[in-house]
Amino acid sequence: MSSSSINLAIGPATVLRPLRLRGFVMDAPIILTVFAICMLGFVVLYSAAGENETLLLRQAARFAVAVFAFAIIAQVPPRMLRLWTPWIFSVSLGLLLLVEFRGVTGGGAQRWLDLGFARFQPSEIMKVAVPMMIAWFMHERTLPPTFKQLLILLLFICAPTFLIALQPDLGTAILVMASGVLTVLLAGLSLRLILALGAISLGSIPVLWNYMLDYQRVRVLTFLDPESDPLGAGYNIIQSKIALGSGGLFGKGWLNGTQAHLEFLPERSTDFIFAVLGEEFGLLGLLLLLVLYFVLIGRGLYIAAQAQDTFTRLLAGGLSLTFFVYVFVNAGMVCGLLPIVGVPLPLVSVGGTSMVTLMAGFGILAAIHGNRKLLAP
Amino acid sequence: MNTTVRLKDHWKEQRLFLSRLFAIGAIILLLTGVLIWRLFQLQIVEHQFFADLSQGNRLRIEPLPPTRGLIFDRNGLVLAENLPDWELIIIPEEIIDLEESLQRLEELGLVDPAEHSSLTELIRSHRGFERVRLANLTEAQAARFAARRHHFPGVDIQEGLVRNYPFGKLTGHAVGYVARISPSDLDEFARGSLDRSDYAATSLIGRSGIERSYETVLHGSVGYRQQVVNAQGRVLFDSTVSAGDVLRLEPLQGSIETRWPIPGDNVVLGLDIHLQSVAQRAMDGFRGAVVAIDPATGDVLAMVSAPAFDPNLFSVGLSSEDFRALNSDPDKPLFHRALAGNYPPGSTIKPFLGLAALHHESLEPERRDMCPGYFVLPGYSHRYRDWKSQGHGPVDLHQAIVESCDVYFYKLALGLGIDNISVFLRDIGFGVETGIDVSGENSGLVPTREWKQSQFSAREDQVWFPGETVITGIGQGFMLATPLQLAHATAMLATGGQRFQPRLVMAVENGTTGKVVESDPVRLNVMSNIDEPHWQEIEEAMVGVTEESQGTGRVAMRGTPYFVAGKTGTAQVFSLAQDQEYDEEAIDERLRDHGLFIAYAPSDNPAIAVAVVVENGGGGSTTAATVARKVLDAYLLGEGDVVQ
Repeated sequence: MSSSSINLAIGPATVLRPLRLRGFVMDAPIILTVFAICMLGFVVLYSAAGENETLLLRQAARFAVAVFAFAIIAQVPPRMLRLWTPWIFSVSLGLLLLVEFRGVTGGGAQRWLDLGFARFQPSEIMKVAVPMMIAWFMHERTLPPTFKQLLILLLFICAPTFLIALQPDLGTAILVMASGVLTVLLAGLSLRLILALGAISLGSIPVLWNYMLDYQRVRVLTFLDPESDPLGAGYNIIQSKIALGSGGLFGKGWLNGTQAHLEFLPERSTDFIFAVLGEEFGLLGLLLLLVLYFVLIGRGLYIAAQAQDTFTRLLAGGLSLTFFVYVFVNAGMVCGLLPIVGVPLPLVSVGGTSMVTLMAGFGILAAIHGNRKLLAP
Repeated sequence: MNTTVRLKDHWKEQRLFLSRLFAIGAIILLLTGVLIWRLFQLQIVEHQFFADLSQGNRLRIEPLPPTRGLIFDRNGLVLAENLPDWELIIIPEEIIDLEESLQRLEELGLVDPAEHSSLTELIRSHRGFERVRLANLTEAQAARFAARRHHFPGVDIQEGLVRNYPFGKLTGHAVGYVARISPSDLDEFARGSLDRSDYAATSLIGRSGIERSYETVLHGSVGYRQQVVNAQGRVLFDSTVSAGDVLRLEPLQGSIETRWPIPGDNVVLGLDIHLQSVAQRAMDGFRGAVVAIDPATGDVLAMVSAPAFDPNLFSVGLSSEDFRALNSDPDKPLFHRALAGNYPPGSTIKPFLGLAALHHESLEPERRDMCPGYFVLPGYSHRYRDWKSQGHGPVDLHQAIVESCDVYFYKLALGLGIDNISVFLRDIGFGVETGIDVSGENSGLVPTREWKQSQFSAREDQVWFPGETVITGIGQGFMLATPLQLAHATAMLATGGQRFQPRLVMAVENGTTGKVVESDPVRLNVMSNIDEPHWQEIEEAMVGVTEESQGTGRVAMRGTPYFVAGKTGTAQVFSLAQDQEYDEEAIDERLRDHGLFIAYAPSDNPAIAVAVVVENGGGGSTTAATVARKVLDAYLLGEGDVVQ
């Protein structure tokens, strides 16, 4: 036993020394890519928001806060993070309940907590807290999880998802659920169980459909196929498809997007900013952004593969995959592949809390990688 | 041994994890491939088409309004219909300068300058492709605009439908009205109570009465057609015309289509418009309300609130001046007295209290009690007077109801106690909303000790005084009831305790298939624990009111070929000092007593229950009973000629 664990502890530590600057952890590939994405984001946002400088400055301020959060969290040894996990999860769940009963309503849904100086969405924390909780739970146990453990994990996923869906914030609920499910998948859920669960959920669709009322069916259908409702959600999709399609390979050029500037394109600085990028910078602009995202995701998966214990491995993998879901759901929605759920484009759309939690997630990744040698028993 | 097992597990776990990571990584690449393929499709393959669409050629979605459902009375007469008219509309996304366009339309006399700012706000709150109605046009105005249409890009006239109420004032309160959609309605959409996109083409929305409470039934579902329009506004492709290919339309082939609107459902009311017109004319010149109910179902046969107003004013767009005039009229024509008018029930409460006393056995109905013309609480000096200052002499329960003896009921109320009274009255529907299928109802008031405690701040006012129980016995004091509640409770007397929720709508007819769905009457709690002889006793007394020589309703009901069980009531609007006499002539008209009358008939097989309130009409035996008589005759004998 002893020989192999020593090997585990010393080997990687020597390799990783250059990444630690005088004890300060800061994962260069991550932070550089994030900066690149955000710079691109600012450029697009400036155009999308009608050349509004205040909005840009506010977004830059949020970015600064997010980078600060990243820098702090990156210094926390994963072992400490693991010890805190149950607390972080319970407090977030408590905050979610609090929002349910005394939250501030904004845009028709109750999702904000007023702190006096700022408002924030507890649901955002869950995107990180749920994978943490699952990784924490499996850390002490053998992988893959048994059926009984799986039920407990499902509870960790469903309780926050349900509370967030109730607000109602479908987009965040889907992301929280995805973050949990992906982490469980990484934990090595047996193939038979995956198939069985898939079969059960597929089988239950016709039953559910049978029990639904007519208007509920119509809602589901328009949700799945928004273009069948051109007076409602379909309007956005038609406009964003025109914006994307008219961009072509090279785009119309910065500040020249007619769809975005003539105000045909709704939500253009938030959920539909991907379409503005596509209109003004074309397919090449979109591919550049996608490549940058993939550098981040690839780095995250690499960190997961290199991680040394169950907690960090699952957490790193879960966070990176969630980030992919984030990107895919938004891009898929804007180009009409997926139903419309309110999911912003990560690091690019206007919005504070989501940027901070994303960067906190990257901070955790950096911490996992930067503190590897400390993990030896 | 144990440690080696753990070590093996560790490696196995890592291998498992890595295999999962690779599997999921492969899925990620696959999904990304799909995404990039989709972007390639949109941006390279179909680029030219979308580029055309974004430059001048535009995809126009034209919402098609559904036809609003009709409203019928119980005999199939149309109470609300749709008539064709011209509408001036604006398409916000096609307007170049909104301010200037509006100004020029005002100069042409097509748009009311007074509405300039409210229209601007309305247009701004709509989405670009939604058509906003600016005004209804006359033939001449429409022609004037048509000649200048090319000066007004984004403004158009279209044939629309305007709501019309053929019976006008007769149905203002009972049916309600529609009005132009306002920014506050849009807020309501945002709160999710109605589907915003369903109203993309609709310019009128139910604002009161049936039109409002049955909005979702009457409205129907919006349709749309799609057009590809070039920069000059020429239609290159129309989804209602078959797929003629002017443009390369492959990319939109699947999504450009037409959906026809689904008309709203028709609504059949229990209202009898003939009876309604008789009741309305009987109330001519008075302020007050009449409610007539079918006791066997709860159907509202007539519901009049006087003075009335013409609902047609609202659907064509009431100018703000006209609305202010209507709203500030001292007679308050817009106030729905039948549903929301809170009146002291006066002596009409007596049959109900008599029933309560019989049920609680707090009196012997046969025992005669001396009425000296006033009542004094033991230990107090205040004289509670009877309306008949010389007194009724010795009276039993029957006579007390027939002659409406106040003193008898002062004592009866005291014997019952306020707690028994309030529980009983609530059980038969006083003090709570009846749950009729339109909004705007008031709950009236049945006072309790707890209510008084919560209502007053000063400790000495919070106590319930015996004197307050005394005047509750004659329906005065805190107690309040709406005409609807009175009619509802009277219908309960008619059926011996069966209670049906009052309702206006009997049936809904599907707007497309014509299939009629009749709704079942809604049965409320039955007063089944009251013994049969008690109902009998009260009914006989109420028949006595209209038949016996001493009966207070005798004059108005003289010569009816059917028996009427009725009760008169007089509600004081202001109180007299101890030594004053009530002198009708000398008192300002607005301070005169309210007259009330409740009745059901024929008493042996009741077909109708009615409640009448005439504000400042003096005693209920004269004005209110006369109105009730006309309603009963019209319904039971078919008298009174056909309306308008």
